[in-house]
Amino acid sequence: MSHREEGIMDTAELELARLRSAGTLTPKMRLQIPPQEMPCQDEHVRRGNMQEVALGYSPAQAMLEAERCLQCKNAPCIAGCPVRIDIPAFIQKVKEGDFLGAAKIIKQTNLLPSICGRVCPQEKQCQLPCTVGKALGSVEKAVQIGRLERFVADYERAQGAVDVPHVAPSTGHRVAVVGAGPAGLTCAVDVRREGHQVTIFEAFHKPGGVMVYGIPEFRLPKALVAAEARVLESMGVEFELNFLVGRTRPLLSLIKEDGYDAVFIGTGAGLPKFMDIPGENLVGVFSANEYLTRANLMKAYERGKAGTPIYPSRRVAVLGGGNVAMDAARMALRLGAEEVRVLYRRTREEMPARAEEVVHAMEEGIIFDFLKSPTRVLGDDRGRVAALEVLSYELGEPDESGRRRPIPIRGSEVVIPFDTVIVAIGNESNPLISRTTPELQVDRHGHIIVDEKQKTSLDRVYAGGDIVLGAATVILAMGEGRRAAAAINEILQ
Amino acid sequence: MHGTHRIVKKSRLSEEVFRIEVEAPLIARERKAGQFVIVQYDDEYSERIPLTIADADPERGTVTLIFQTVGATTHRLALKNPGDEIIILGPLGNPTHIEKHGWAVCVGGGIGLAPLHPIAKALKEAGNRVTVISGARTRDLLIMQEELSAIADEHIVVTDDGSFGRKALVTEPLKELCQRVPPPDIVVAIGPPIMMKFCAETTRPFGVHTLVSLNTIMIDGTGMCGGCRVAVDGKVKFVCVDGPEFDGHKVDWEGMMSRLSAYKDQEKEAHERCHLELQLEALRESAQ
Repeated sequence: MSHREEGIMDTAELELARLRSAGTLTPKMRLQIPPQEMPCQDEHVRRGNMQEVALGYSPAQAMLEAERCLQCKNAPCIAGCPVRIDIPAFIQKVKEGDFLGAAKIIKQTNLLPSICGRVCPQEKQCQLPCTVGKALGSVEKAVQIGRLERFVADYERAQGAVDVPHVAPSTGHRVAVVGAGPAGLTCAVDVRREGHQVTIFEAFHKPGGVMVYGIPEFRLPKALVAAEARVLESMGVEFELNFLVGRTRPLLSLIKEDGYDAVFIGTGAGLPKFMDIPGENLVGVFSANEYLTRANLMKAYERGKAGTPIYPSRRVAVLGGGNVAMDAARMALRLGAEEVRVLYRRTREEMPARAEEVVHAMEEGIIFDFLKSPTRVLGDDRGRVAALEVLSYELGEPDESGRRRPIPIRGSEVVIPFDTVIVAIGNESNPLISRTTPELQVDRHGHIIVDEKQKTSLDRVYAGGDIVLGAATVILAMGEGRRAAAAINEILQ
Repeated sequence: MHGTHRIVKKSRLSEEVFRIEVEAPLIARERKAGQFVIVQYDDEYSERIPLTIADADPERGTVTLIFQTVGATTHRLALKNPGDEIIILGPLGNPTHIEKHGWAVCVGGGIGLAPLHPIAKALKEAGNRVTVISGARTRDLLIMQEELSAIADEHIVVTDDGSFGRKALVTEPLKELCQRVPPPDIVVAIGPPIMMKFCAETTRPFGVHTLVSLNTIMIDGTGMCGGCRVAVDGKVKFVCVDGPEFDGHKVDWEGMMSRLSAYKDQEKEAHERCHLELQLEALRESAQ
């Protein structure tokens, strides 16, 4: 642990002791407590390893941060949370030092707090309407709800006190969940709680979906995901890995022949989008999905052990401005690239990535080229990437998304040498289930059409997560899995 | 958690070619000619590689895979024995579109003879007259010969070195067949990319529709990673969900072959390291 982190923790303990000796705090005093910084691995050290970047609050930091909460009666934060965690109540428990009590409150509505605390875009959800942030004039100064959630979940696990949710007596009903990602796992838990038997079918050799193939170890340790899957197993949920519903078994056979009473489809992201510019099939151009899957799920970073190779990169261009782009850029750096540049068509203001990830990427030395987008990929005589031709943009009037539209500056093309290009501009929908289940209604993008209860056009078939939403977030997928579970539990009553 | 498959039978077809039968009742039941599986020798560090299904027995619930030890992964796979568990995911890709064309010519090169067999069989069962051209570098690498002879109305065998059959490349007899009047109604070519490319070039002037089965680098094999993309008729296609079969006259062969060689250096190093490790293991065992 570096001196800097020890410094933060000592300050937190002293400050907490000082506040507590002052008696009851007034709202004004609470607003004067600065938001607690997240202790992190030193940026120069972490860019060379795969270990988690953020280290988590100390108990004193967590209690001090909890003191910042005003316990608003109207609790705007709850409305900002896709799974409606009782945020003021859990923070109150943290304030009292009852961390296990806090965990119990979170787990009433969110079984995967150690994951959400790490990957949710809190600044756009619970922390956005926080009264403290509003009063201080900046969402960055809101109560750090995500960090508290993570602290509570990690504390519970460290105590070995993770409690397995109660499972009702067996109903004899059976539910199939397709895909072991955030939507599927959440749906499985909620359905299993009611006493229905649940089988999760997963195409990969490990459960977790995007949490194991996409989000890197340094942001979400895989041991955490595995631990969450073990909780499901101890609830009696069954996993069938290496099983591709639609191919290994037709979707409708699960209901018609195999005795499942309902099916939830949470198959996640589909084929990656590319820029549709010349040269994109050159060797050295990767989708972020491929690059990250090689590095994360297939462990290509463990050279000499992993069978899956990773491309030897020195100069890497990452195209896009979302979380996936940040993950790919920071992964490339850790895999030994000398220079990694993120090319984004708009400016930092418009970037969809989680704020903390952008800050971390910048600290680690990723270079951001804003208002830039490539027009073609140039290759060498072996068909490998040699450079990008890049065009500059300026921002015009806001478009339908409300973001200012980037307008190309004519004649501004420059050629920049790169050996690797990682495309992180989103995904199409996965075509597998819809192609093998023609009865299932999808929209023109191939996303499964569902009603407000996540029910598809087919009887007893529900869907949620990216296969419905397009590229979204872990927490939104969880929210859909939960809603589908409620509907399934309703029809199985 | 379940999801591994037991090897029930293993045989060595030649120095480098192995045949394994794997317990996988669901895949055996669903699989159709032309489909493939993703294979891993373990769930920890194994690469995921696509292998075409050579045969399946729905009654016994097994699928047959035939592979050549060309790299570290196939090498480690070859070390597995009956009773061992491996991972297979499938059946993947679109089945071959089988119909009565009339006269079908099936060309297989080396290990490509294995996936060719079920397609030739299905074409025969659909009422086609089937000519098979089997080709290999040398006699030892000619596989599935009895099975193919049993199906074929006409079976032409060639080797590069003349150690068996005619000393020729598969394109020579293919061209002769195309020169017949009328020419074949369809050609199916499966083998190394360079062979498939030249088969397509051979049939192009005759306007004979030529199907090829591409074996690109894949990771998930389910339409997520995009690693298997290839340009077909100027458009990006994904072999795992749009293929594996395409019109050979429209495939961008140069692009496809260059993408296949993306990791050549690392693959070579891994293969050599794998050999060394295996020798070390053998030495340790003999020392005990």
